[in-house]
Amino acid sequence: MTSENNQNGEVWVFAEQDNGKLQDVVLELCGRARELADKLGVKVGAVLPGSKVDHLAAALYSHGVDRVYLVDDPRLEFFTSLPYAEAVIRLIRKYAPQIVLYGATPLGRDMAPRIASATRSGLTADCTDLQISDVTDAKTKEVAKDLLLQIRPAFGGNIIATIINPAGWPQMATVREGVMPMKEADPSRSGELFREICDLEDALFGVKVISRCKEEKKVNLKAARIIVAGGGGVGSRENFRLLFDLAGALGGAVGASRAAVDGGYIDHDYQVGQTGTTVRPALYIACGISGAVQHRVGMQDSAKIIAINNDPNAPIFSVAHYGIVGDLNEVIPMMIKAVKERN
Amino acid sequence: MGYHCIVLVKQVPDTANITGDAMKEDGTVNRAALPAIFNPEDIHALEAALEIKDRFGGTVTVITMGPPKAADVLRASLYRGADRAILLTDRRAAGSDTLATSYILSQAVATVENYDFVFCGRQAIDGDTAQVGPQCAEKLGIPQVTYLEKIIDVQGKKATLRRNIGGGWEDVETPLPVLVTVIESANTPRPVSAKRYMKNKYKRVPLEFAPDAPEAAEAEAQGDMLEQWGLDEIHADLQRCGFAGSPTKVFRIQSIVLKKEGFASVEPTEEGIRGLVHELIEDRTLG
Ligand SMILES: Cc1cc2nc3c(=O)[nH]c(=O)nc-3n(C[C@H](O)[C@H](O)[C@H](O)COP(=O)(O)OP(=O)(O)OC[C@H]3O[C@@H](n4cnc5c(N)ncnc54)[C@H](O)[C@@H]3O)c2cc1C
Repeated sequence: MTSENNQNGEVWVFAEQDNGKLQDVVLELCGRARELADKLGVKVGAVLPGSKVDHLAAALYSHGVDRVYLVDDPRLEFFTSLPYAEAVIRLIRKYAPQIVLYGATPLGRDMAPRIASATRSGLTADCTDLQISDVTDAKTKEVAKDLLLQIRPAFGGNIIATIINPAGWPQMATVREGVMPMKEADPSRSGELFREICDLEDALFGVKVISRCKEEKKVNLKAARIIVAGGGGVGSRENFRLLFDLAGALGGAVGASRAAVDGGYIDHDYQVGQTGTTVRPALYIACGISGAVQHRVGMQDSAKIIAINNDPNAPIFSVAHYGIVGDLNEVIPMMIKAVKERN
Repeated sequence: MGYHCIVLVKQVPDTANITGDAMKEDGTVNRAALPAIFNPEDIHALEAALEIKDRFGGTVTVITMGPPKAADVLRASLYRGADRAILLTDRRAAGSDTLATSYILSQAVATVENYDFVFCGRQAIDGDTAQVGPQCAEKLGIPQVTYLEKIIDVQGKKATLRRNIGGGWEDVETPLPVLVTVIESANTPRPVSAKRYMKNKYKRVPLEFAPDAPEAAEAEAQGDMLEQWGLDEIHADLQRCGFAGSPTKVFRIQSIVLKKEGFASVEPTEEGIRGLVHELIEDRTLG
């Protein structure tokens, strides 16, 4: 596989920006990268490709970054996979970071695998936690020092898998927005700016963006104080109306499980969980959601959880503070009524 | 002439249908108890290739990697209009992570040769990683266009495609060959054609026959044998396949102990729910 692991390598975050604005997930990752780097005694680096994006360095420093590697090139104004990936690949080869983290955004999920392929390194998708630990090989009893533990729910069941890359560094992972809580910025922190000349060949720019239409995100689940979420048990797109009504009465937002999204009841933007958004509202009301681990990891840190499910054995009840065993089609209208009485 | 499209497809356990019966004692999934299905987005990838064939002419080759049973998705592709189908199967490929899988698939694509498009579903529902497509593109040394929404036009050695960028779209022009990953909103897959079904329903890969079964020779004679390749046929470097070629290792599997603290059961009655709402107002969760 790849060359020696660089134990002194930095912890890097890919600083994804769109139109000169950093994605929230980048700053969330900077906070965790800082913790990992402190544990390892190394610096935090951020790779920032784009056009006229130097001004973003300050926000990165204030969220824990020591060094910003800026690749400023007018041809990088809009993301295309090859030049962006190539810029990161060249910087990885030049500086040999030990860890690289990416937001599991559409862009991150497009580019990170391409980088992993070129550097032949491991890449774990949609991690819900990242830690540093020594790992003893079960067979050889050899101890690998300070590996990145990449933790994510495993397919099916109440199972969490920990993935490691003993060889094939950098150790790379993608993380969804909201999984790592954003730390408060410290505007007094500063860092060093490295202007990188990558000499990206014209051949890398074969794919051209001709036109583009981007809407502001309609759904902002992370900011909601109250979330009313529906699952497979809601049964139809029409029936999701009920949840919007309850959310309306409570002044909250609507969320969903993957079964509801896959069933076409609601758009993916509303999905809560490992491959959706992670939320921590004051109140989470799960309606007709079984509570699979991939869903729970995205909502179990809510301050209060109410579960409405007609199956008394549904796993959702084990993370709930209040459980209502019943038909959501009856319970939700009752709840709307009770809330309206109070208002 | 037209365009040659290669489609990479996968047979997956139907994760949407995990029921109690499919769970083992230790809480893991008994894959054998789950129905195996054509990965949903891969059907849309196949449809995109068939659309190219219909609109601009050409042929469609489908490749899948998996056990002999995965030939199901090859037959399903032939029923819809694929011209050629290849099963990649080899015990030495077991334990491959996405990096090793993409290496094997890219070797297969390179062995097929002369392609203009490689289509894959954006991701498979059993992992949702969306890594294999872009990794194959890198290994083949070709550009990638992810999250296809629409094929706008193909002219000469150039395609104009619309891709989803998460809350918006973008039109891109790409040189060919290109690897394209496809999402569900890209198209509506055509139904199985009765004629093609009749023509292809007896097609099998060699491993679907018992060793030395006379039916195998018969299928061969009838032209009903599908292509089956192992790692040798695609000249794969074994160091890059299976466990050896996979940098990611599963270090630990833990079952989660659910916390069971401060749980209150609420009656599904007007009374019960009024009480709950009252409590939430009192502790300032509401209002
Ligand atoms: C790689 C991967 C990633 C995933 N990522 C996510 C993710 O991000 N988010 C996510 O949510 N899932 C995710 N999943 C899917 C997850 O495993 C479950 O399949 C999914 O969460 C199930 O959704 P559900 O509980 O709403 O649906 P179901 O499993 O269909 O459960 C429906 C529930 O509703 C109850 N019910 C039915 N009718 C009624 C009624 N009238 N009144 C009250 N209750 C009723 C039933 O008792 C049942 O408990 C992922 C899976 C994989 C493999």
